Amino acid sequence: MIVLAKQVPDTRNVGKDAMKADGTVNRAALPAIFNPEDLNALEQALGIKERFPGSTITLLTMGPSRAADILREGLFRGADDGVLLTDRAFAGADTLATSYALSMAIREIGPFDLIIAGRQAIDGDTAQVGPQVAEKLGIPQVTYTESIEEISKEEITVKRRLDNGVEIVKAPLPLLVTVNGTARPCRPRNAKLLMKYKHAKTATERQTEQCDRDELYTERPYLLLTEWSVEDVKADREQCGLAGSPTKVKKIESVVFQAKESKRLTDDDNEIDGLMRELIESHTIG
Amino acid sequence: MANFYTDTPQLQHHLQHPLMKRIVELKERNFADSEKYDYAPMDFEDTMDSYHKVLEVVGEICGEIIDANAEQVDQTGPTVKNGRVTYAEATKENLDTLKKAELLGMALGRKYGGLNFPMVPYMMSADIVSRADASFQNIWMLQECGETIYQFATEEQKDKYLPRVVQGETMSMDLTEPDAGSDLQAVMLKATYNEEEDQWYLNGVKRFITNGDADIHLVLARSEEGTRDARGLSMFIYDKRNGGVNVRRIENKMGIKGAPTCELVYKNAKAELVGTRRMGLIKYVMSLMNGARLGIMAQSVGLSEAATREAYAYALERRQFGKPIIEFPAVYEMLANMRAKTDASRTLLYETSRFVDMYKALEDISRERKLTPEERTEMKYYSRLADAFTPLGKGMSSEYANENAYDAIQVHGGSGFMKDYKCERLYRDARITNIYEGTTQLQVVAAIRHVTTGTYLQRIKEYEAMSVAPELESLKGTLAAMTGIYEKLVEQVTSPKDEEYLDFHARRMVESAGHIIVGHLLLQDASVNPDLFRRSAEVYIHYGQIEVEKNYRFVEQCSIDTLAYYRAVEKKVEAEG
Repeated sequence: MIVLAKQVPDTRNVGKDAMKADGTVNRAALPAIFNPEDLNALEQALGIKERFPGSTITLLTMGPSRAADILREGLFRGADDGVLLTDRAFAGADTLATSYALSMAIREIGPFDLIIAGRQAIDGDTAQVGPQVAEKLGIPQVTYTESIEEISKEEITVKRRLDNGVEIVKAPLPLLVTVNGTARPCRPRNAKLLMKYKHAKTATERQTEQCDRDELYTERPYLLLTEWSVEDVKADREQCGLAGSPTKVKKIESVVFQAKESKRLTDDDNEIDGLMRELIESHTIG
Repeated sequence: MANFYTDTPQLQHHLQHPLMKRIVELKERNFADSEKYDYAPMDFEDTMDSYHKVLEVVGEICGEIIDANAEQVDQTGPTVKNGRVTYAEATKENLDTLKKAELLGMALGRKYGGLNFPMVPYMMSADIVSRADASFQNIWMLQECGETIYQFATEEQKDKYLPRVVQGETMSMDLTEPDAGSDLQAVMLKATYNEEEDQWYLNGVKRFITNGDADIHLVLARSEEGTRDARGLSMFIYDKRNGGVNVRRIENKMGIKGAPTCELVYKNAKAELVGTRRMGLIKYVMSLMNGARLGIMAQSVGLSEAATREAYAYALERRQFGKPIIEFPAVYEMLANMRAKTDASRTLLYETSRFVDMYKALEDISRERKLTPEERTEMKYYSRLADAFTPLGKGMSSEYANENAYDAIQVHGGSGFMKDYKCERLYRDARITNIYEGTTQLQVVAAIRHVTTGTYLQRIKEYEAMSVAPELESLKGTLAAMTGIYEKLVEQVTSPKDEEYLDFHARRMVESAGHIIVGHLLLQDASVNPDLFRRSAEVYIHYGQIEVEKNYRFVEQCSIDTLAYYRAVEKKVEAEG
């Protein structure tokens, strides 16, 4: 299994300094976290691993060097290994360029039965990357997954949580599924895995940080986290990062919601009738 | 994201105590395990970092899951059907989460799959778990029974049972019977040995057994027919997989409602003897009880922390007469005392834990090799201190948990009396802490010899020799004055050499020693970390000073003759000749 995960700024507890004056996100003010729905995705993979001992989970993320945190968080919870896709050329990617890069990395990782991703990231809220990766790999996809009900070597049964109810679908493997936040929450970090992998680092981290345990990485190769560049995944630079992104930001506006003047009604039927009409005309309801 | 470890810097302070270096050194034996186990630490810094990181996980689970489940656990509670107990759904979720995080069997050795944690970080986890849900702390803390198996069972038994504890099987200690509560010598549950089968069988009834439907039980039973005292009792393991024990009922309790308290019926239940016959109560239960008392200390500290926080939060938010009630002296005095008593209980808990760690680690080494004479002296020194501090700490911290829970309701006013606020549950949960694993009155019985033999005074003198920050010197002077009064108090009570008079004033002496000891510990804490502990040191020492003086005044006015006014039953004059 491959789990796709993203490191995102924690937009759930936004303070006053969350946005810069120019309207862009002030990443320094927001802690970087494991995208919540990607944790739901990881939990689905861990559940399958429990049911089918011997199956493995590779966590794949794309981002700057510090996104290695995501790989460690995954290892602490039971992922078997992780790959950080990192290169200046990947920077500024929209969803298309991101899914291209991820799909190239997946080809490099090799054969898989299942790719599991969170439905969407809390910073962009597009919900496009998962489906686009499936398209690029030419495999079927099931979105809005709440739980994986059954799984065999060839087939999977999935419960989807949709606006108007639930849907049980079957699909052949290999497959990509995206998982909703309504799915089972991810288990906490495991004490032993935490102690086992706490020294895990990428080559870049080992170069930039003070690291006095060099011999450790030769004795315990699993502590070396994989980092891949554009060349490592044989990607076309033109399709990566800003160059490969047709989405152009025209304008960013910081919208501040303010309470407008209120209207006070009595319990008179006519007044309520009038309000209903007004709401229907303004398409607030209807 | 609530995290009950990172939001309590007092815990991080206590984890950094200088004695941890020696504890880790003894516990990790030159870090030899790092060759064999990928999660074993490589050096001191690495070990401390692991404790810190694992505690962060415990803090997260407690803050996010166990605390959120506590209300439901309290309301639903466990049920019993056909002799089997089912936990509340939320309790099951708590257990399952900790099992997945491999936080069961924290103190057990790596050989059995445990984390090999010393008492200090282990009790910190217990402290945090209790703050989230004291009833769940009972179930979780029973993993401590594994320590008794480790200390006294055979290698075969250890290999059989300890890995199961790590994998999430729960434990219980089956001691109490309808007619054997505080007086365990009266235990009657019968153990019979069938020679042909080479098998022990248990028959009888146990009562008030916490988590009585556990997977693995430690049972105190009468193995020597015809005996009626402690020397006829042995310790057994009952494995639920063998069957033979049913839960007749679970008690409807006032608090810690999530932990099932069971009445058990043993019908020809197969059991394995632990250690040597006749040593059950004399040796093994005493060891089991010491571990359990430390656990209740941690439970009390967690409850105190929760009560203090609830009270502060409410006092900040509740406005009366145009301002938050926290601004009124009558309220802030209560809050300051609550924080001081919480910090006091906690500093005593970790001091005691360190003493236990020191002697247990040395004792464990003595299983592998002969200790050097220095090590033997060191072990004896800490063993004595652990023995003196455990009943003192259990008594004081559980009384403070009750006082804090009481005051938390008082700060809430009428709202606190309603079921809507958490302080109501804390009040009920705290109430058992100064009763079980020995009432406070029995802790005094265990502690008094350390008053009379001078263990406490000797330790107080050692604290006096430690330096404190210059601004705390005057408080140290206050403590010295309190010690002078304590010495006079002890002299006053012990000089008539009257046993009843000594028993009557025993608690006053033990508590006076306690106030001075805690005062010194808080001064040490405040010297290192004034921002965190200065206020509690000031407030606690003021409080303790008055208490010690009060105790002395009382004794001064209460001679042996005065006891006659207190006695409910006239003293029998033993017939002569």
